[in-house]
Amino acid sequence: MEHRLSTPCTRHALAALRAGDTVLLSGTIYTARDAAHKRMMECLDKGEALPFPLEGSAVYYVGPTPEKPGRVIGAAGPTTSGRMDPYSPRLIALGQRVMIGKGARDKAVKEALQKAGGVYLAALGGAGALMAACVKELEVIAWDDLGCEAVRRLVVEEMPLTVVLDPVGGDLYESGPAAYLAGR
Amino acid sequence: MREIKATAITQAVAALCIQANSRLPADVEAALAAARAAEPWPLAKHTLGLLEKNLEMANACDLPICQDTGMAVVFAELGQEAHIDGDFEAAVNEGVRRGYGEGYLRKSMVADPLRRGNTGDNTPAALHLRLVPGDKLRLTVAPKGFGSENMSRLAMLRPADGVAGVERFVLETVRLAGSNPCPPMVLGVGIGGSFDGVALLAKQALLRPLDEPNPDEYYAALEKKLLAEVNSLGIGPQGFGGRTTALGLAIETAPTHVAGLPVAVNVSCHATRRASAEL
Repeated sequence: MEHRLSTPCTRHALAALRAGDTVLLSGTIYTARDAAHKRMMECLDKGEALPFPLEGSAVYYVGPTPEKPGRVIGAAGPTTSGRMDPYSPRLIALGQRVMIGKGARDKAVKEALQKAGGVYLAALGGAGALMAACVKELEVIAWDDLGCEAVRRLVVEEMPLTVVLDPVGGDLYESGPAAYLAGR
Repeated sequence: MREIKATAITQAVAALCIQANSRLPADVEAALAAARAAEPWPLAKHTLGLLEKNLEMANACDLPICQDTGMAVVFAELGQEAHIDGDFEAAVNEGVRRGYGEGYLRKSMVADPLRRGNTGDNTPAALHLRLVPGDKLRLTVAPKGFGSENMSRLAMLRPADGVAGVERFVLETVRLAGSNPCPPMVLGVGIGGSFDGVALLAKQALLRPLDEPNPDEYYAALEKKLLAEVNSLGIGPQGFGGRTTALGLAIETAPTHVAGLPVAVNVSCHATRRASAEL
């Protein structure tokens, strides 16, 4: 099933999503990888404001290549999400609803998503040119010194994504291969 | 003695960094197309089609294939009768600096593994130099993304574990990697040598074109068998399920110690990139 979603996302808007469904996501999303997540934790520890509002937010784990003159963004496929597992439950508890990346998440992330009614969506790993096509605006909003890991605000249109973890405990990385092996 | 200018090395490395990140080698592209044609699972076939579309878009929009333009792994085969006019390592690193700068490629290197800090120009290269007969210099740039590099593993097996032990270790590595390394994967397997040597063998295995089997029939048969086993695991493209878990698997071997059976698996992705030039 295909869903159209706009950010910020409410729990209600995500409730019908199921592992294996496809999503076309539009609106503002934020980029953050390992180093930015570490700094966000430090901000939270010190009671400082984060670079972007977490409530209903969608974060994209990506470090794009530099944009060429006249272009919005360079290649922009997802990075491996599992490296953000230590940080995600805290952000989900504070309102983050959508995570975009690739690769498996741990048990704590799955449980946090179920509790909060959030989702984990997969972008197409290694398809940097294809994912770049849906990015319409880019602005570095924090931690420029991190280079490709700086926090960016992106405006995306119909970003093609696949639901991996849904709000009811579904996991495409388990159910997809199992369905293939049962059906071949 | 033939003279090779350091500036020519810099120029060649810069061009190879850009070329490798913009266009897949013909053998990898052909393997992707063949995998799509043979893929029986509809979602997997669709996903492989999107990966092919990505290659078209990278070409049409003048973008890198993947945003992880990698650590610049450089293999150099230097003819022992050639003389380099200048500092060889500095020339290679200058090539990486220029290629990643002028090519708008991502700078992914940190200066220190624990204290981090981006070097800002993707240097230093991971440089492997081998002295060979002749007076030429052959350079291969194989940018390596870390989504797949992080899934690579090494084991010091017992000789008694034999070929079955090697097979078990390879399959276990692929299972553990799952959806992380952007499947369909390309697998470089090293068997034999020493602890350090076996990892390099696995890396070198990734340089061999996917349509070129090991020249030793025994290992060619093992490559074929292991690839079939990997493609029966069900992981599929992007880990969404399907037959195409790997596009290719190459084995490189070396003599080893009576007491050992080292094995290493260097995991790579559907964007297995390499480009070569001869000076």
